[in-house]
Amino acid sequence: MEALGLARFQFASTTTYHFFFVPLTLGLSILVAYMETVYVLTGDARYKKLAKFYGTLFMINFAMGVVTGLVQEFQFGMNWSGYSRFMGDIFGVPLAIEALLAFFLESTFLGVWYFTWDKVPKGLHALFIWLVAIGSNLSALWILIANSFMQHPVGYRLENGRALLESFPALFKNPHVWLQFPHTLFAALSTAGFFVAAVAAWHLLRNHRVELFSRAMRIGLTAGLLGSFLVALVGHYQADFVVRHQPMKFAAMEAIWEDLPEPAPWILYATIDEKAQENRNVIELPGVLSMLTHAPETENGERVFLGIKTLQKRYEERFGPGNYVPPVKLTFWSFRVMVASGLLMLLLAAIGLWLLFRGRLAQAKGFLALLIWAVLLPFLGNTTGWWTAEFGRQPWMVQDLLTIYQGVTPESVVSAGMVLLSSVGFTLLYLVLGVIDVWLLIKYAKTDPEAKTKTVLSY
Amino acid sequence: MDLNTLWFALIAVLFMGFFFLEGFDYGVGILHPFVAKSDEERKAVIQTIGPVWDGNEVWMITAGGAIFAAFPQWYATLFSGFYLALFLMLVALILRGVGFEFRSKVDSPSWRNFWDWMIFFGSLVPALLWGVAVANLVRGVPIGPDMNYQGSFLTLLNPYGLLGGIAAVIVFTFHGANFLSLKLPEEMAPRARAAARAFAPLAVILAVLFVLGGYGYGLFSREGQLLAYLFAALAALGLLLGWITRLQGSDALAFWTTGLGVLFATAMVFAGLYPYVMPSSLNPEWSLTVYNASASPYTLRVMTYVALIFTPLVLLYQGWTYWVFRGRVSLGEEGGY
Ligand code: HDD
Ligand code: HEM
Ligand code: HEM
Repeated sequence: MEALGLARFQFASTTTYHFFFVPLTLGLSILVAYMETVYVLTGDARYKKLAKFYGTLFMINFAMGVVTGLVQEFQFGMNWSGYSRFMGDIFGVPLAIEALLAFFLESTFLGVWYFTWDKVPKGLHALFIWLVAIGSNLSALWILIANSFMQHPVGYRLENGRALLESFPALFKNPHVWLQFPHTLFAALSTAGFFVAAVAAWHLLRNHRVELFSRAMRIGLTAGLLGSFLVALVGHYQADFVVRHQPMKFAAMEAIWEDLPEPAPWILYATIDEKAQENRNVIELPGVLSMLTHAPETENGERVFLGIKTLQKRYEERFGPGNYVPPVKLTFWSFRVMVASGLLMLLLAAIGLWLLFRGRLAQAKGFLALLIWAVLLPFLGNTTGWWTAEFGRQPWMVQDLLTIYQGVTPESVVSAGMVLLSSVGFTLLYLVLGVIDVWLLIKYAKTDPEAKTKTVLSY
Repeated sequence: MDLNTLWFALIAVLFMGFFFLEGFDYGVGILHPFVAKSDEERKAVIQTIGPVWDGNEVWMITAGGAIFAAFPQWYATLFSGFYLALFLMLVALILRGVGFEFRSKVDSPSWRNFWDWMIFFGSLVPALLWGVAVANLVRGVPIGPDMNYQGSFLTLLNPYGLLGGIAAVIVFTFHGANFLSLKLPEEMAPRARAAARAFAPLAVILAVLFVLGGYGYGLFSREGQLLAYLFAALAALGLLLGWITRLQGSDALAFWTTGLGVLFATAMVFAGLYPYVMPSSLNPEWSLTVYNASASPYTLRVMTYVALIFTPLVLLYQGWTYWVFRGRVSLGEEGGY
């Protein structure tokens, strides 16, 4: 089972890493497109400068998104061939559509956009970046359709040990998609908003191009506020969905070991002992869990949040002996960190906008400094969000259909040594490139948008 | 034609597009440290593919996705079996991709030099490995009764595999040199033309050797043999004409004839494989075919609608971008910012 552990580590690390860059691409493409559109509609050249300035940062980030995505595309075949054989009939469909429909669109028009400033009519030029934004966000839709099937399989049948697609529209209409996709998009919007605001804060703190960056600040904070409010709203419905469809994940998110009748408390803090299957030093808010969501009704009409122990027993009855409990501590804390990051973002964006409209933001030095660091919050939220969703469904690769033990490539084909080699290789490479990329982002975030520097040239 | 065959053909088309477009991309990456003498000139070389390389790379991604959707067993066997080769290729492509973006962002000769060499290796290694992979598909690899690959990385590095790798590198370099002759500023184009003339005979010889080897491994004795013969002839004709027009003819003619050579050589491989997608060298019974490796009829039907609607659209707008960037790049051009 050595190779399995390594393959899991590789999937978790490379995908988490991919998703550092993805949300910024998704959100920033929209914000840059918005800036350029304002320029086209009003003729205000300041918005053109902003679009170009943030566009450079967009490109630096995008490059990393592309090269990390490349690994994702082939990883299912490399490390998860059992999964690919079992699921290919369904999973390949959105993946191929994503490439054909979305990747071509975003990569083609990004190249055109980047190289045709002032060479084509400005309305057409703005259209290019909108096509990039549409392409990126379409790619998110299709990959999340794939992921949603794994969380909540629909529209399939089992035949000869493989899952076969029975209805394509069902894949698309999967209710999980229409929670996960908006949640991810709003998360991305808030990410880009805080990014734009952080860069603006750095300049405002130095009284640099105040007029220009006040505008950027307004755009960033508005997107941040809107995004973090909507992400929390959708998140609430997602939690509701999880209670009903992935009760084990929900129990892990809330560290509920024993069945918990309503009205149930919400645990703020607990020392979780996964071996003894119990919580110690619990700090809880009475009744709050029942206010946030509702337990599904049981056969005899009561409302009870099923505990991990009960669920484990039921899984064994259904699927035979085995451990069906996900990593509870990790899931529990990931969920809390995500929610906390969301609430903090909401608060910060609201205060920031209030200060901005009172005309006092430029003087609030302490707050501006805080905003620079606040850029880390959405990244934290994105990462822990995926950890909640993905670790919480272990050991299922496809919920209730396929476990990771069945999905991994047999060791006779790909040995532990090979996975180790590629894991170490990707990790080291990603580490170095990540440092360089962040360093470049910071370097260019500090440049002067008004200056005509030659180094910002294409190649 | 049944849907399995149609999808096999569509995947062949994706690989044709991929090898045609990324072929000259890789060639440009391989040549750029040699045909440019200054930083400004290197910039011009990279500018020739700057706006399009990522769109070109998506051909490979789409081919991968299409294999997954239409022939999941092929996807599973191929990419788990060729694990280390694929790993090396991904590392190379990662370095190449960030290289394009990073090189201009710091104004230091050693920084640029470093990324220029990453672009070089990042183009050379994938070209080589794709050649190795395709040659091994033609030759057959050890696949067991459970569809799993039983060889190792070294299994792939047999003489024919290496021949395929070297042939791909040389042909792509030739193709890239022709592209550069067409796109570089007039003052640099002669160097690209000289490179093309130097690589042309090698490309033709290696391609012929590759076809002869393929003949030995049964490339012209399966169901698609007639087409395979036809495509082999057209590929040879294309490369030969590429050579001749390179010696006396226009840059455009040389580029297009060589490009047709690349297209038909790819088509030949797929026609020759059919109905296999991965022949087993252990037992023909254990081979993966367009039937035993395929997705369900329903999935194939869904994917057919999608492909028929969107492939022409992609071709249209991608073709249009080449038109937008038509003509030669110029030295010191202010592309983008
Ligand atoms: C919610 C959004 C999202 C998620 C969950 C994923 N991706 Fe992604 N991916 C994108 C959103 C995205 C994007 C925004 O479209 C990117 C990021 C930066 C970019 O260039 O495009 C991208 C790039 C990108 C590329 C490069 C495209 C190019 O060359 O232009 C590939 C091949 C993949 N991704 C594949 C995957 C796979 C196989 C995933 C599943 C594990 C995955 N991505 C998760
Ligand atoms: C980009 C956002 C994503 C992140 C950050 C993410 C993260 C993770 C994490 C942390 C795990 C758990 C690994 C483990 O327990 O070993 C996991 C598992 C998995 N995820 Fe995701 N995931 C993302 C998106 C997706 C998508 C879109 C898909 C499929 C379409 C997917 C497919 C899988 C698979 C197949 C596994 C099981 C393999 C394993 O357990 O390692 N993930 N992911
Ligand atoms: C503030 C209240 C929030 C709530 C109640 C909430 C709720 C949830 C829930 C329940 C899930 C798991 C869904 C599943 O497993 O099916 C989830 C996943 C996720 N969350 Fe949140 N979330 C909140 C804030 C945020 C913030 C601020 C971000 C990032 C900026 C974020 C990013 C994500 C991501 C990327 C995922 C994984 C994708 C998905 O399953 O939708 N969330 N969230």
